[in-house]
Amino acid sequence: MGILEVKNVNKRFGGLQALGNVNLSVQENTVHAIIGPNGAGKSTLLNCLVGKLIPDTGSVMFDGQSVLGRHPYEINQMGISRVFQTPEIFGDLTVMENMMIPCFAKRDGAFEMNALSAVGRQKDIIERAEHVLEDMKMLDKRNMHSASLSRGDKRRLEIAMCLSQEPRLLLLDEPTAGMARADTNNTIDLLKQIKEERDITIAIIEHDMHVVFSLAERITVLAQGTPLVEDTPDKIKGHPKVREAYLGESA
Amino acid sequence: MFGLDSKDTKLLIVVALLVILAPFILNPFPTDSALAQFNAGYPDLMQRFVIFGIFAIGFNILFGLTGYLSFGHAAFLGVGSYAAVWMFKLLSYNVIPAIALSVIVAALFSVLIGYISLRRSGIYFSILTLAFAQMSFALAYSVLSNPKFNLTNGETGLQVYPGDPQVLHHEGLPDVPHLFGIAMRDNFWEPVFGGWSFTFNNGYYLCAVLLIAVFYLSIRIFRSPFGMMLRAVKSNQQRMNYTGLNARPYTLAAFVISGMYAGLAGGLLAAMDPLAGAERMQWTASGEVVLMTILGGAGTLIGPVLGAGFIKYFENIFSKINDNVLHQWFSFMPDGMEDFMVFVLHPFIGKGWHLTLGLLFMLVVIFLPGGLVEGGQRIAALFRGGRKKRGGAEDGEHHPKPSPHVAE
Amino acid sequence: MDAFLLQILNGLDKGSAYALIALGLTLIFGTLGVVNFAHGALFMIGAFCAVTVQRILSLSYLTEDPTQKDFLGRPLQVATPYVESWFGTDIGSAIISWSVPLAILFTIPIMLAFGYAMERGLIKYFYKRPHADQILVTFGLAIVLQEIIKLFFGANPIQTPEPDALRGSLDIGILLGLDANAIIYPIWRLVYFFFSVAIIGGIFAFLQFTTFGMVVRAGMADRETVGLLGINIDRRFTIMFGIAAAVAGLAGVMYAPINSPNYHMGMDFLVLSFVVVVVGGMGSLPGAVLAGFLLGILESFASTTWATTTIPGINQIVIYLVAIIILLTRPRGLMGRKGVMED
Repeated sequence: MGILEVKNVNKRFGGLQALGNVNLSVQENTVHAIIGPNGAGKSTLLNCLVGKLIPDTGSVMFDGQSVLGRHPYEINQMGISRVFQTPEIFGDLTVMENMMIPCFAKRDGAFEMNALSAVGRQKDIIERAEHVLEDMKMLDKRNMHSASLSRGDKRRLEIAMCLSQEPRLLLLDEPTAGMARADTNNTIDLLKQIKEERDITIAIIEHDMHVVFSLAERITVLAQGTPLVEDTPDKIKGHPKVREAYLGESA
Repeated sequence: MFGLDSKDTKLLIVVALLVILAPFILNPFPTDSALAQFNAGYPDLMQRFVIFGIFAIGFNILFGLTGYLSFGHAAFLGVGSYAAVWMFKLLSYNVIPAIALSVIVAALFSVLIGYISLRRSGIYFSILTLAFAQMSFALAYSVLSNPKFNLTNGETGLQVYPGDPQVLHHEGLPDVPHLFGIAMRDNFWEPVFGGWSFTFNNGYYLCAVLLIAVFYLSIRIFRSPFGMMLRAVKSNQQRMNYTGLNARPYTLAAFVISGMYAGLAGGLLAAMDPLAGAERMQWTASGEVVLMTILGGAGTLIGPVLGAGFIKYFENIFSKINDNVLHQWFSFMPDGMEDFMVFVLHPFIGKGWHLTLGLLFMLVVIFLPGGLVEGGQRIAALFRGGRKKRGGAEDGEHHPKPSPHVAE
Repeated sequence: MDAFLLQILNGLDKGSAYALIALGLTLIFGTLGVVNFAHGALFMIGAFCAVTVQRILSLSYLTEDPTQKDFLGRPLQVATPYVESWFGTDIGSAIISWSVPLAILFTIPIMLAFGYAMERGLIKYFYKRPHADQILVTFGLAIVLQEIIKLFFGANPIQTPEPDALRGSLDIGILLGLDANAIIYPIWRLVYFFFSVAIIGGIFAFLQFTTFGMVVRAGMADRETVGLLGINIDRRFTIMFGIAAAVAGLAGVMYAPINSPNYHMGMDFLVLSFVVVVVGGMGSLPGAVLAGFLLGILESFASTTWATTTIPGINQIVIYLVAIIILLTRPRGLMGRKGVMED
């Protein structure tokens, strides 16, 4: 039984079958990559996991509980954090404030009317935020306006924000899309480090094969909304069906 | 001090001093001098400074922090006033129950309107609040004023009549709004020093104390985790949602708090002058508080207070200037020039104040989105000369424009 | 049945005005993505174009008529409009009488130029700024325009009569085969309705059948893609802004005889027109027109004695009530498209 169990999920948009009978099982404490050509339904699947979309049929269970019909914030509170394709951070706020918000969400839940205590007195929150920032080697940027960070640092900050919540499952949506090679390698190293240091499950949607094969322990290949095959990276590399559907065209 | 850091404490003390000493500060010119027309230290005007300051501080908690632009906040001011006058009619002229009820009624009203309006964001939210306010205006102006059920007394406005119950009223209490016998409209001290005269009014000081209190409260809110969440709402709702936070109750709470501020302002208006009319709820009145907040500097602590003071001060001054005054000013010029200057300035003074206000507002939105506070910062930066530019955008909000007569 | 028809007809003139203003708002919003709070002011300026033209055409010189005496026994001063002395009394007085329709010729270029200047001079700089800023700056502009008009024309409404020939009422009942006097309807309102329908039809035909219109429609659907095709979409959008301003102006010119123009009429209509746009569905042109007429008619039904005695004042709040209900049940409005203004 995996930490995330997707069973027979279908999703249609008008006449388009975006997802057809998707089954997926992500094992705890592994890095699981979902790959596939453009339009394979990767993003649709991800959106079904985080509550942005509701599948027409099927079930999505996280740690034995269904996530279907829940709001994104409820799903996050269950222990799933999401990193977006283009970094979604609070651009008007400083790096430190960006870090504190998820810490508050973790400590106080989805809503807490904490209107009279000063932010500066929340020692536990500050410590926690600083700790993660230090881990991510961003402590020197704590007072910077997050909108003025470089793209790579924005990505780093977003991942840091997710990690500060100590999620059980971290979902990454093409985390290196549009990045220069050096930034991509930094991100790979960062994710490797996270993997080594924490008990965390990572599900990653990715286009870049270099990223996938550097990180993943299991790979699911999606084509036209249906899982083609699921296996270890080595087996996937040699799989004829995958070569035909995916690697063939990109190679 | 008071749970604030030293910068905020300083700001609070400065504001408190300005408000408390306003009767002096706002009357810098001797009573007989030609410049006396620029004095603003009389009770009626000072009360308006402070009351609209409270209104704008509250509006800023919603708009400045969350970015939700309400175009219907005057509705809460209006219900506040109605609630207070009803308290005068039924209970007594004591302002405490009246103000308490206006805050409570405004809170209930804003829960209702906020709950519905906040289901949408952006422009939809603005239009929904505008629609609600216009509906409230229509309700107050005519619908709820008919022989069968007269809640608002329509066009005439709600006021206290001799036949009203006033169950707690008794001999010896003044027949005007009062605080345990202290009449709001009376002055407790009218000193004259040489050519200068000053007025210290009971009602003004009640408003002043409340302004300082709610200003303090707004600093606390700005600096609290709740305030940070509100800024997060403005910055990126998507990220907020995926960070396990439910934005709806946060925005609703901000909406209700700002509605209560508006209700308090409305109650105070009625406490200073026991009359409530529907025009207080019209969209122009909602527009005015938007103007005040933007002009002063939305999202900054001191901005809305500055904006309210600025608009109310110049509204008063500009309305008083007429062509004769202009002729006096330009009398040093040759005749033709003098007439020309008067001709050019004529449209902007007296009844033309709204034209000036509209232009000023456009200029601020176009060139100075941070309002007077940003203007003050830029000027300060100029004076500091070659030194480095300011660090973060948050940083400068504690440097109000150094102009005491508008700092009300 | 008669009463029913009559209420529908009564709703048409206001409905037409709502529809025209809402159409312009939607054009601007759909093409430029800008929320224009000054659109009501454009409507108001249109109405004052009618006032201006009427005044210009009525410009007179004074002559003394020795045959008549005023009450002080002096020769009577007679005002003769210049147009009468130029074109003769008959043609001259006809020109004055038809000044409102004539004002259309004057309004179109003025409003086109005005819209063009407004877009190039102000709105252009606000495309990339938040919607709140757009609202605020156009709101400021609305105040300024309104105050300028007040400066020149004063605060009181100015009567601007329709042509004599189109004054009075028509017994529509007879035309429809009902009893005489069943439905009496002012001719000018009927004119206004057909005028509006013609403009609306013209706009839709323009968007549907011309290349220009097709590009604009494509731009409304997806601005970036059209931009990538190398079509100078901004220029077309500028022109579209001018057209939207002209539509608002025309709606105002012809409305002058129905409701004597005053400086705040624009804002009164704007608030309701926004509600119309939202009910119709932000960004949907047919939605704007449909909702305009529907709400106009609804308002007219709510103004009947029956309705106002049942719920006093219902006529003043019915539009808002409906708008709130629709927004809550169909958040995108009657014909709204997905993805418009949803943040």
